[in-house]
Amino acid sequence: MLRSMTKKSTTLLNLTAVVVLVTLLYLLEINKNSFGMAVSILQKSVILSIVAVSMNLLNGFTGLFSLGQAGFMAIGAYITAIFSISSDTIDSVYYTSGLAPWLMSFKLGLDVFPSAIRILFGLLLGGVVAGLFAALIGIPVLRLKSDYLAIATLGFSEIIRAILSSPQMDQITNGSYGLKNIPGFAIESDFLPVGTGSLLVPFAIAALCITFMVMLIKSSYGRAFMAIREDGVAAEAMGINLLKHKELSFIVSSFMTAIAGGLLAMFMRSIDARTFQISMTYDILLIVVIGGLGSITGSILSAFLVTASKEWWLRFFDQPLITGGITIPLFRTGFRMVVFSVLLMVVVLFFRRGLMGNREFSWSALLSWPKRMPKAKKGANKRG
Amino acid sequence: MSLLEIENLSVHYGGIEALKNISFTVNAGEIVTLIGANGAGKSTTLKSISGLVSASGGTIKHNGEIISGLDTQQIVERGIVLVPEGRKVFSNLSVLENLKIGAYLRHDHAGVAADIERMYDLFPRLKERHWQMAGTLSGGEQQMLAVGRALMAKPQILMMDEPSLGLAPLIVRDIFSIIRKINEQGTTVLLIEQNANAALKVADRGYVLVTGEVMMSGAGHDLLTDKSVQDAYLGTSAH
Repeated sequence: MLRSMTKKSTTLLNLTAVVVLVTLLYLLEINKNSFGMAVSILQKSVILSIVAVSMNLLNGFTGLFSLGQAGFMAIGAYITAIFSISSDTIDSVYYTSGLAPWLMSFKLGLDVFPSAIRILFGLLLGGVVAGLFAALIGIPVLRLKSDYLAIATLGFSEIIRAILSSPQMDQITNGSYGLKNIPGFAIESDFLPVGTGSLLVPFAIAALCITFMVMLIKSSYGRAFMAIREDGVAAEAMGINLLKHKELSFIVSSFMTAIAGGLLAMFMRSIDARTFQISMTYDILLIVVIGGLGSITGSILSAFLVTASKEWWLRFFDQPLITGGITIPLFRTGFRMVVFSVLLMVVVLFFRRGLMGNREFSWSALLSWPKRMPKAKKGANKRG
Repeated sequence: MSLLEIENLSVHYGGIEALKNISFTVNAGEIVTLIGANGAGKSTTLKSISGLVSASGGTIKHNGEIISGLDTQQIVERGIVLVPEGRKVFSNLSVLENLKIGAYLRHDHAGVAADIERMYDLFPRLKERHWQMAGTLSGGEQQMLAVGRALMAKPQILMMDEPSLGLAPLIVRDIFSIIRKINEQGTTVLLIEQNANAALKVADRGYVLVTGEVMMSGAGHDLLTDKSVQDAYLGTSAH
């Protein structure tokens, strides 16, 4: 009965999943006070899932090993922050040198729009600026192969971070002081319960971004990306313009990464350049590898699993554990990361190609295999 | 006017001269072969025609128009398509996806769908395995796929770089019968081969390349019976 699932029943399942998910998210967000941890884990997970999918687009589907994610996220985060911080509190944020007058007048000009529009503008502008940077550095850098490309993009990411925190940028990025008072996701309205939007807003934006990337991968462009990954010479012999397609993949990936960076700024409420150190890129690389290079649903699933286990499920390892009057050794701050790393090794050993390999989630696989993939549902829901 | 005219083509890799002023022509409807030992410049010739390697001198003309200097995409659009050496199928993509990538520059969806069926007729094995990853195919099947993929671009001239490389004799025979079939269906073929015997049997005309220069040319069967070609390339078993 399950083997031949009709298109109709798949659509029905997808629809049900979306409705259930939206309801769940809504219930969680309006009861934020009781489910604070769950809400913030879900927010962070869904934001990281955008970065993971865009990194997968580049590394998994196009075969370009880039490590510039943190840099592009920083661009998105700073631009979103600058445009979303309310003009009333901006002086308390830039308390040392003040905001540059031209930027301030631009911001004041935008104040005629509601805050949602300003935030959206910031997110999109961040994406566009990151895309432009990607296009520019892509021309020389995308000719490089594997490790060299990784080092070049890593360098770019560090340069961005250094520029953002430099004293010369004080009037724009607030230099090393960072930015605070960034608004969160919740929609402020008299008609909606407090907290509405805390989850639905980032989930909706993530669904949009990820759907776009899925459509790109399923299009003939996506096929060209994979051809380039498989064999550059053969792809070129088939008339695929290598640089053009690598640029496209790089630009789209960077755009989406910057959007996620902007969302991360809204999640964290305050950012500084140290947030976007190289370790940020490693965290995302880890998510992508655990999920499976070349699997979108794998990246999404892994973003949730890795974030939840790192920040939540393994927390108790950091607390001293006393059983029957005996203090169990090792249970202290930091032990969580040791356990986490061991778990990672186990996953890598048993799932050489990540949890999903290069397969994608499907309902028929889930329903006919309930024991092996109990958690895969989470990943698919979000794609609706 | 020949379909493809190569005049005084030279190619340098760094300081090394891989091709020295070679000239040859391919007429519409022919099978032309370039034979020669390793390092004679056969692959370089095909790569420079398809724009993968840039020439340092000479001209390549297609239908009388100079195409040297165009990029590969434009050359494929003109109908000159290369089946690269060593097959180079996209291993982690299915047979069907490989074929679709061959039609990447085409926008006539109905025509592409019809051509996929045509490839399945031409290579029944590919139809049986259309969902399989290309990397799991046997060597012969991969070569069929590489040829099918190139044919999906609707080439006027199909250039093949060592299609028999590393294949069992029986499979080699199949490949050559397919080359003949493709040619009969109207595609001009430019073939380079180390298996000079098989190549000259199928070819209308041949050119013998030695260290980057054309040493000899003639009709396929003339070269096949030529004493010096026999000694140098066909071994004693040739007849």
